[in-house]
Amino acid sequence: MNAIIVSALLGVVMMFTGIISQKKSVHTAVASVGLLLLLLANLLNHYGLFVIHVDTRGMFNFEQFGMYFNSIAIFATLVYVLLSGKTIEHTGVSTADFYALIFFVLCGVSILSGFNGLLMLFLGIEIMTIPLYILTGADKRNLKSNEASLKYFLMGSFSTGIMLMGITLIYGATGTFTMGESNVIGSGGLIPKTSFLEIAGAILIFVSMCFKVSAAPFHFWTPDVYDGAPGVFTSFMATIVKAAGFIAFVRLYENNTAMLGPTWRILLSFVIISTLLIGNITAVFQQSVKRMLAYSSIAQAGFMLFALYSANDLAKEGILLYSVAYSLATIGIFAILIKMKDYTFDGFNGLAKSQPLLAFAMAVCLLSLAGIPLTAGFFAKYYMLASVVKTGGSLWLVVIAVLFAAVSAYYYFRVIQAMYFKDGEAELMELTPAFKTGMLALAVLIILVGIFPTIVLNFFYF
Amino acid sequence: MISVSLILIPVLTGILLFFSKKAAAARTGALLAAIATLVAAVAGIFFLSPADLSFDANWLPEFGSRFRFSADGMGKMLVLLTAISFPVILVAVRKNEYRNPGSFYGLLLLSEAGLLGVFLATDALLFYFFWELALIPVYFLCSAWGGEKRIAVTFKFFVYTFLGSLLMLVGILYLYFNNPQHSFSLQSFYELKLSTAQQGFVFWLFFIAFAIKMPVFPFHTWQPDAYEQSPTAVTMVMSGIMVKMGIFAVVRWLLPIFPAAAASNANIIIILSVTGMLYASLIAIRQDDIKRLIAYSSIAHIGLMCAAIFAANKTGLQGVMIQMFNHGVNVIGLWVVADAIEQQLGTRKFSELGGLAQKAPVLAILFVVMSFANIALPLTNAFIGEFLMFNGLFHYNILITAVAGVSVILAAVYTLLMVQKVLYGNTSSVTENASETGGNIKWVLVVLVIIVIALGVYPQPVIDLTNDTVSAVLGK
Repeated sequence: MNAIIVSALLGVVMMFTGIISQKKSVHTAVASVGLLLLLLANLLNHYGLFVIHVDTRGMFNFEQFGMYFNSIAIFATLVYVLLSGKTIEHTGVSTADFYALIFFVLCGVSILSGFNGLLMLFLGIEIMTIPLYILTGADKRNLKSNEASLKYFLMGSFSTGIMLMGITLIYGATGTFTMGESNVIGSGGLIPKTSFLEIAGAILIFVSMCFKVSAAPFHFWTPDVYDGAPGVFTSFMATIVKAAGFIAFVRLYENNTAMLGPTWRILLSFVIISTLLIGNITAVFQQSVKRMLAYSSIAQAGFMLFALYSANDLAKEGILLYSVAYSLATIGIFAILIKMKDYTFDGFNGLAKSQPLLAFAMAVCLLSLAGIPLTAGFFAKYYMLASVVKTGGSLWLVVIAVLFAAVSAYYYFRVIQAMYFKDGEAELMELTPAFKTGMLALAVLIILVGIFPTIVLNFFYF
Repeated sequence: MISVSLILIPVLTGILLFFSKKAAAARTGALLAAIATLVAAVAGIFFLSPADLSFDANWLPEFGSRFRFSADGMGKMLVLLTAISFPVILVAVRKNEYRNPGSFYGLLLLSEAGLLGVFLATDALLFYFFWELALIPVYFLCSAWGGEKRIAVTFKFFVYTFLGSLLMLVGILYLYFNNPQHSFSLQSFYELKLSTAQQGFVFWLFFIAFAIKMPVFPFHTWQPDAYEQSPTAVTMVMSGIMVKMGIFAVVRWLLPIFPAAAASNANIIIILSVTGMLYASLIAIRQDDIKRLIAYSSIAHIGLMCAAIFAANKTGLQGVMIQMFNHGVNVIGLWVVADAIEQQLGTRKFSELGGLAQKAPVLAILFVVMSFANIALPLTNAFIGEFLMFNGLFHYNILITAVAGVSVILAAVYTLLMVQKVLYGNTSSVTENASETGGNIKWVLVVLVIIVIALGVYPQPVIDLTNDTVSAVLGK
């Protein structure tokens, strides 16, 4: 609860900061402090301390899992602002507004991690995505940015429409905004009778959620939007927002898959395999690192979908660890990418010679995305695979996933090859020592989580 | 505790070396660390109690995974091989110039740590960690310091092995979730009672991983290119020690955990291995490059070891144990010669070499002895290993043994062709001005030749050392 209220307030505070001070560095500083406060408020929530006590009348269900994800999302945003704050200041004109929008996104994120019932899900999704439409178009004078924004908006509203339709059908069938309610009522040992409308509704919502997390075959907006949006905001969209989408997805279908019966797994494995296939294979052919990362984010979504497939305790822990590993690594890569003058693979040629430290940090992030042991990404993938193996059966699906993981090594390593083994003059914008230190700290953090994933998960065990 | 120091010495020195700018400092530092590791290994294996080689600490309790080290006979033997090889390699390449020497030697030491970890780990997850960690430094070494086509070739090698290890990870997870003790410990995996149907599928997940590493036909296609393009120091690590990871893992994992599947698939695998032996031997005859020839000859030797393992009898397995050690020594010796020739003359092509025996008689003698070992001539160490392996294979199937035996003749053909083309005949324009090779290389080769002959005459120490593994594996 704290996270929702405080983030919304901080959004307003940020807008006023924009009026009070014209200095952009002040905006970044205020945003960083705000994020720390938000993190603190959310942590207090764990210990039962509330800013304001609100009776949500069952609209929310704040459990450990969701609150813990909030902490992760806020922490990742903090890392993101610290690393890329300078670039946000150079993008567009109204820095304070961007930060305000980011806080509103976080408000949406915390609604998604705590919603109970489809109405709140809908609100959370909307609160999260509408600021994103604006951020995508933040580079006002860049046509690609405008195009991306419009595309995202049109496709986003379309999928929201589908979700609303699904919610309507479920409401019509059951008279409640809680999915799977009829199951709960009807669970007396007998197979619950689920109406056709309810199933249709559940599938429509599924489609819409697939769209939000860019799972194939609903991924078509992703590459264009990620490519067109200013790099800094792509970084935010591809990590924290995406992870939040998954948290909502997992929470939504956690207990409601029974009504879909065996169809659920067939449907889901189709989505998983096509996501892995399209994401990985298309990423191989990209020439621009930014576009490659867009496809890689689709590919990673394929892995995260396993949490939905297995739906057990390992899956829930796993999706948290995955969010951490994936977000940190991707934020790190984008932070360096947006400092590059040339976004193609060749633009990275020889980076290791001119900037050994940055190249090392970048390599660690890439290895983490590829899932190499000693990096956080390994345990993230490990958890996803383990959760499916634990369900028994479906070993074929795991083997397919592993094949694609090997494919993914190809495009991640292409960047490493460019940095370390090819000659060239990688051109970078100005770098501050603080940025380098930050990147090094990020790399160390990724390795640390890679050796002791329990430092992230222990929270969950207690 | 000594087992942890075996990992820590190379890791810490390796990381330190990354920051050293001076070539001499990096070289000496790496050599000292490798020697320190050797001393620790020898002390741990021969002079201290077995408990000193074991180590057990909490790592990931929630996962049921512990940081567990211990070594049986085979583990000790391979630790010893690794610990001996690295000083030898470092001395042999001492005179070579490398760009960024700090990173080069640092990465070499990291790969040593990874390899030692593989041979010592008795926890599946830890084993997987080290399995990959041995690969990453080698990937960087080959890609950064290799030949012309290095990037593509090394990447092929990397993707191959990465895919293999991921499949193995799936297999490990499957075993873990079928393990009532919820533990990754190897011991608890040994106690699993898997049905034949369960074994069948998971067996292949593991086998493909190991087969790629060894490599066994038809998973070998990365190997000749990778060996050729890598800097020779790294080729020595790869073919001398890394391929042993595959063989080691088959003995460690496949035979004890999947006895039924190993028995029922033995035929297919032995036939694949024998096909690979003949195929590689035939290709080796046609090569014009020393490194490529040794690479193919290595495939042939590994094929025999793989076949002998799946024959699953005592003599065969003893032969494999001896041969693992000997092949490491012999192949490193051949690479040392190849490197000495390449460094001095700038070519490895037979067509450009010849008559080297007149110019460098000492190198020639040592080279001939190493070549004899490659053919497995009696009195050299490889003879006893191959003899035992063929003996084991003979008890499995006479026909297959006969076919496999052809490769011994072929080995003589290609090895002697190599010797002839490099050492004898008229000098070419390249070898005209050749001179005797440097002292470090001579001494390295002398040490290796002593090992070759000593173990050729008296192989009992290796047999004694690894006896417990052989009987434990066959007892399952």
